[in-house]
Amino acid sequence: MSKKTHVSLTLNGEATEFLCEPRQTLLEVLRDELDLTGSKEGCATGDCGACSVLLDGHVVCACLVLAVETDARSVTTIEGLADGDKLHPLQTAFLEHAALQCGICTPGFLVAAKALLDRNPDPSEYEVRYELAGNLCRCTGYDKIVRAVLAAAATMRDAAPRVRTGTTGT
Amino acid sequence: MEGKDEKISTASTGTGGAERTFKIVGTRPIRHDGIDKVTGRARYGADVSLPGMLHGKVLRSPHAHARILGIDVSRAAALPGVKAIVTGADMPPVKSKTEQSGEGTTNPRHLSDNVLAKEKVLYTGHAVAAVAAASPHVAEEALALIEVRYEVLPPVLDVRAAMRPDAPILHAGLRTQGLEPASDAQTNTASVVRFERGDLAAAFAKADVVVEREFDTAMVHQGYIEPHNAVAQVNADGQATVWVSTQGPFEVRHFCAEILAMPLSQIRVVPAEIGGGFGGKTTIYLEPLAIMLARKAGRPVKLVMSRAEVLRATGPTSGSHIRLKMGATNDGKIVAADATLAYEAGAFPGSPVWAGAMCLLAPYDIETLRIEGFDVVVNRPKTAAYRAPGASNAAFAAESVVDELAAKLGIDPIELRRRNGAREGTPTPAGPRHKRIGLLEVLDAAQAAPHAAAPLGVPGSATAAHDGSGANGAASVKRRGRGFAVGFWFNAGLQSSATIAINPDGTASLVTGSPDIGGTRTSCAMIAAEELGISVDHVRPSVADTDSVGHTDVTGGSRVTMATGLAVYEAAQDVKRQLCRRAATLWKIAPEQVSFADGHTVAAGGEHPPLSLAALGAKLSRTGGPVVGRATVNAQRATGAAFAATMVDVEVDLETGKVDILRCTTIQDAGRAIHPAYVEGQMQGGTAQGIGWALNEEYVYDPEGNLLNAGFLDYRMPVALDLPMIDTVIVEVPNPGHPYGVRGVGEVSIVPPPGAVANAIAAATGVRMTELPISPPRLLAALHAAGVHATAAAR
Repeated sequence: MSKKTHVSLTLNGEATEFLCEPRQTLLEVLRDELDLTGSKEGCATGDCGACSVLLDGHVVCACLVLAVETDARSVTTIEGLADGDKLHPLQTAFLEHAALQCGICTPGFLVAAKALLDRNPDPSEYEVRYELAGNLCRCTGYDKIVRAVLAAAATMRDAAPRVRTGTTGT
Repeated sequence: MEGKDEKISTASTGTGGAERTFKIVGTRPIRHDGIDKVTGRARYGADVSLPGMLHGKVLRSPHAHARILGIDVSRAAALPGVKAIVTGADMPPVKSKTEQSGEGTTNPRHLSDNVLAKEKVLYTGHAVAAVAAASPHVAEEALALIEVRYEVLPPVLDVRAAMRPDAPILHAGLRTQGLEPASDAQTNTASVVRFERGDLAAAFAKADVVVEREFDTAMVHQGYIEPHNAVAQVNADGQATVWVSTQGPFEVRHFCAEILAMPLSQIRVVPAEIGGGFGGKTTIYLEPLAIMLARKAGRPVKLVMSRAEVLRATGPTSGSHIRLKMGATNDGKIVAADATLAYEAGAFPGSPVWAGAMCLLAPYDIETLRIEGFDVVVNRPKTAAYRAPGASNAAFAAESVVDELAAKLGIDPIELRRRNGAREGTPTPAGPRHKRIGLLEVLDAAQAAPHAAAPLGVPGSATAAHDGSGANGAASVKRRGRGFAVGFWFNAGLQSSATIAINPDGTASLVTGSPDIGGTRTSCAMIAAEELGISVDHVRPSVADTDSVGHTDVTGGSRVTMATGLAVYEAAQDVKRQLCRRAATLWKIAPEQVSFADGHTVAAGGEHPPLSLAALGAKLSRTGGPVVGRATVNAQRATGAAFAATMVDVEVDLETGKVDILRCTTIQDAGRAIHPAYVEGQMQGGTAQGIGWALNEEYVYDPEGNLLNAGFLDYRMPVALDLPMIDTVIVEVPNPGHPYGVRGVGEVSIVPPPGAVANAIAAATGVRMTELPISPPRLLAALHAAGVHATAAAR
């Protein structure tokens, strides 16, 4: 066993520190050391997206990131999506549109969809399918997931200030 | 964005709740476990962690077929941090026998040998030893130190090779069951099933049109995103507790008790949330290993499979070889069918070929037929149930041949199915007559669906789900076609238990033993709320461990909302009877003068104001104590068979052989949709799996029996970009055996898609694909062989 490394980062908006072995992935540390088990391991090879987290705002598979790489960076997991008791519009939309069955892929989809809507507040159906193609769901056939993301996007656009400064959009 | 979701109700002359007006059934409340699942709080098996817990790993065979000559664990045991090691020698001997379990049969000897190999390993990935250590990394290092000496034997990898007389033999003692006369020869064919009626030669002689084809389908995996897991703790007195993501906690308890020679009362199974199963989590793999390791180490042990282990050693469902010949007269009457099905069971007997044989022609009324099925062992993982086990393979064959018959007869494919469609009283291929079924209503709904009247559109043009570009946007290299197919599945009954406790404020707590994979907590709570006349939010449903609820069979066979729902319905009747007695006590009148309506106890003659559940709840302690309603059911007689149909538009790229799904509609008889959104979800999910089965998914082995695609990158399941919206039409032909008419909806939607996709490709290209999956290389080769070239299309 090798010597542990000290890592300090911003995790779900809070300053956090942990010790980890260099071989430990971010996913292993989140789940086994920090008790943040909302990120799921479906494959550990970056193919299923169940462990999707935001690293400095970009979607990454936590199974493909070494925990030591997150030093001085910002990580958002599914546990950081809601604002206390207030669900993120994507979470509400997933519930209202029955966009989950077993729920194991849901955290990854929500995180990936948040990254998409942060970048592109008005995606087309095709864009949603394209952007979420890195997340596998075996239960739903994606229909209700895509509808939920489109509905959440509409809700968020309605709630947003009328003059947007974003430059992405379609 | 296309979005046609419809619901068509058909009044029935029978029962099935057709006459009833529902308040809650048919609405779409948000699921009770929803917040936990969108916030990451829901605890799945791999999320369970106990104080002092060790981590286990499994050593697996690198050979597809080999004799184990010896296992030396001494070096592994000496590694610091290693706390326990188990091998097959640690397992008690188990008698070989066949017993019913869930939707199939199980032999505990085979189960034990699959959990840990004893004399032989029978597939790459077969477990040979397990280690518990301080961390998963140490456990993995220890695996590399275990020395297993093998005598490598030649493997036999597919069903046709395994049936040859000179094939390598997996089990020296295996004899074919069901053979007449019986044979004492060594074989890989574990059993034969046969249905026969009428004079086949005479019937085919009457046919004006005959189609005969041979089909091959690849072994495919259920593909749940959550790998198998188990955490076990064993106390010094032998009491074991297992936390596991499973479809059947009572099956886990039963199987573990049987192969570890423990009394049932010594094992408690706590069902964690489950990340998909589709039948693959109705058996055991890691649970007994976790118990044995925890017992040996004196500490809790957690085992979680990697994705490669899931693909190499769990699931899958059978690859198959099917020969089917059907004959019809010019007026569109199918008069004869002759079928032979051979299914890969994997390393141990027990493929779903019997189900395939029974489902193959179940949608049709055919007077004369012969169906023969072979269950064949091969050096691949032991197959497990997969959503309507065995039926998709069979329907691919049947629906392809029926489609060809329709083309030869010049009859619309839906119309041909209607003319020959099974209805109430039609004998099934196995003999028993269909009860009230909804096939004809499904066909009507398919013909009436917006999809049926929609044009196919210009090849190469964009749709909502496709940008139309593809490899290149040239319409000249693309062809479009529409396909249709139907499918049948029995739906299971089995046993369920439920209790409903009335709280002092008139709310209720509902306990069942059915793990909730797709929202069944809520569908069961809706049934309780409907009966008790309270809001669904006032019913708190939970899934209990095996010590806290009566025996409940698997979440499988499309049975939870039907059978556990029936137990909930009956438990609610029990609650209502007790409440009426309590009200009678309060009112000092005879119990028979009290009835229950709209959430209130009502006195006959109106001499007392009705008491709400809340008002009565507050008075329970004064009238005899708490009210708990309970019910247990064997729902076998309540089952209602299901039919589904898939209509699909495809675009074939003649240059690459890639098939895009442009539009898809699934039509299904639900009997009664308790929560329509969850019914749609089952229909869409099964359809997507069926499309993956049709186009891309397959186990690829090298000649030595190494699985070459043991990961999600190469075992190619559909992603969001591969599919359009999947439109649904829920047909409701109530099941007379159930108080609400529920049939069960989980499985049948996976049955028609492979046939529908193949039929659409045939319509688009004129090429009939008889091998699954219809992956780009396979289709391209077939197109070229048939002279269908991209250049030829650019007229």
